[in-house]
Amino acid sequence: MKEFTPAPESTSIVSVTDRVKPVALGMGVTSVHFLADRAAFVGGEENVALVDAKGEITTVAVHSGGILSTAFDGKRLVMGGDDGKVVSLDAKGEVALLATDPKRRWIDAVALHPDGAFAWSAGKTASVKSGKNEEKSIDVPSTVGGLAFAPKGLRLAIAHYNGATLWFPNMAATAEFLPWAGSHLGVTFSPDNKFLVTSMHEAALHGWRLADNRHMRMTGYPGRVRSMSWSAGGKALATSGADTVILWPFASKDGPMGKEPAMLAPLQARVSVVACHPKNDILAAGYSDGTVLMVRLEDGAEILVRRNGTPPVSALAWNAKGTLLAFADENGDGGLLEL
Amino acid sequence: MSEASSQKIPVTVLTGYLGAGKTTLLNRILSENHGKKYAVIVNEFGEIGIDNDLIIGADEEVFEMNNGCICCTVRGDLVRIMDGLMKRKGKFDAIIVETTGLADPAPVAQTFFVDEDVQKNARLDAVVTVADAKWLSDRLKDAPEAKNQIAFADVIVLNKTDLVTKPELAEVEARIRGINPYAKLHRTERCSVALADVLDRGAFDLDRILDIEPDFLEADDHDHDHDHHHHDGHDHHHHDHGHGLKHYHDEDMQSLALKTDKPLDPNVFMPWLQNLVQVEGGKILRSKGILAFHDDDDRYVFQGVHMMLEGNHQRKWKEGEPRESRLVFIGRELPEEVIRKGFESCIVS
Repeated sequence: MKEFTPAPESTSIVSVTDRVKPVALGMGVTSVHFLADRAAFVGGEENVALVDAKGEITTVAVHSGGILSTAFDGKRLVMGGDDGKVVSLDAKGEVALLATDPKRRWIDAVALHPDGAFAWSAGKTASVKSGKNEEKSIDVPSTVGGLAFAPKGLRLAIAHYNGATLWFPNMAATAEFLPWAGSHLGVTFSPDNKFLVTSMHEAALHGWRLADNRHMRMTGYPGRVRSMSWSAGGKALATSGADTVILWPFASKDGPMGKEPAMLAPLQARVSVVACHPKNDILAAGYSDGTVLMVRLEDGAEILVRRNGTPPVSALAWNAKGTLLAFADENGDGGLLEL
Repeated sequence: MSEASSQKIPVTVLTGYLGAGKTTLLNRILSENHGKKYAVIVNEFGEIGIDNDLIIGADEEVFEMNNGCICCTVRGDLVRIMDGLMKRKGKFDAIIVETTGLADPAPVAQTFFVDEDVQKNARLDAVVTVADAKWLSDRLKDAPEAKNQIAFADVIVLNKTDLVTKPELAEVEARIRGINPYAKLHRTERCSVALADVLDRGAFDLDRILDIEPDFLEADDHDHDHDHHHHDGHDHHHHDHGHGLKHYHDEDMQSLALKTDKPLDPNVFMPWLQNLVQVEGGKILRSKGILAFHDDDDRYVFQGVHMMLEGNHQRKWKEGEPRESRLVFIGRELPEEVIRKGFESCIVS
């Protein structure tokens, strides 16, 4: 594979690499989120590293094994582990045990609702706990691949083999099943609540327009899509999985039906993770060769945040104001960029 | 290639019909003082209890890839579990996947070829099948799963040999050989087998496809005392390889070996092989080959599971080494004549 190495004097790309504060986490990192002023780097196992603006690291133990799943609502981080536990971590760095699987099965997926409800899955069972209400569970036909709460109402999407199930935990009605052959692993609602999108085991996304359950096939990826991020206002869905950032248009009522996606920031490496800016039409993309770029959605203009030559970028996030960008690679070498 | 593959975590698939002794073998592997840590993917918790190792429950969820190819079934739960395990890289040295007694090993094996992420981190080492010396002959008649497991195996642990007589043992071995003459066969009591015989076999490693001769038991491992009280119908004048094994031909599962000392035309052979596994891949469980191509000083090796093939130039033919091409197919109702004729048409005349 050819390396992407812009010469230092190159004028073709603006670089802010010298403004990045490096962070050596000393552990494999799978995701990063901003808990108040600190970046919370979630390790592959056991710990979360909280890093403040000065680069000082506080390590918090959250699981006694692998950390398999993470959800974040802006205020707290919820994680599921191979120790069968669902735990939360707040901005103060306090850990709370939210649920334990009675058989100590792996907690494969977690999700958080804006009102504080949370969901988790172990095997074929998805469970929801909301406020003081009792825990409620549903069994789907096969192992749960992913969970997501709808932006409105208490409604949970459950991705599994051959489709997704939409479930209102507080209503007696039977859950709605959206079929599509194949294994569905990740799931996300569009912020306007009109579309549901899953990432599949094969290199494709699948979508449903919820008003009429019309299908949207989003194919053509060379690799599995592991990272999806909605742009500010939900106008587009940015995804990893190709050697460019693939951006599906969702601004119209038909979503991406019959449309081509935009392809931004091509490199000779696979995009491994994407994170859209919370307010502006900018995204950050991490690549399999360690590169991190900021990309303007409108014209694809790029700014280099981190050079290539390291393990794949595995974690990338903006803070809520969009003034800080955090990233880390699989080996735990990360950085913070203040804009 | 082997450098990259040696850094991948080896995966041993442990199969065997109900009650054959899979759990016994697993416990033996885990409790032996080998200084290694294993991640073990099992179907039922509780039967193994070794503190040092990671034990993960699986659901054996098999699903078809959406490309319409019926042979491209994979174990979805394994994809998920491998994903989770890779977060704990460095905490274990190898992975053992125990399947249920009724499982088909193919989807397990295929998971390690089809899934990009799994393939990046792990390599299939071998399929080890535990067979019950007392009951296997019966199961081969009434349980297609048992036959699949024998046909698919790289290593067969023929267990509970203390519960059968010598003629019974010879009978069951002959039946196994009728299906799969290529697997390494070990006779055991209570699955007492050297770990080196079941682990780190490299059976799917192209660089180690050296030996595709039928496996016959080592001389000291076999009863050469052709006791004349046998009444199992040996014809002592027609020993197969001098081991006195009765030759069985299984009705629907066979192996087919092809061999030529004339060079093959790669431009004919490759499309032929591709087409063969596309058309007959449902019947072909395993395939392997070492090939000598016309005008090519390198050995070419390949191996396959159903429709999936992988192959590569391996190394230069050594001086004095006979440049022979050898292929082996193990499968169900193999169209022998069609395969033989097709193979012959690949020979440079």
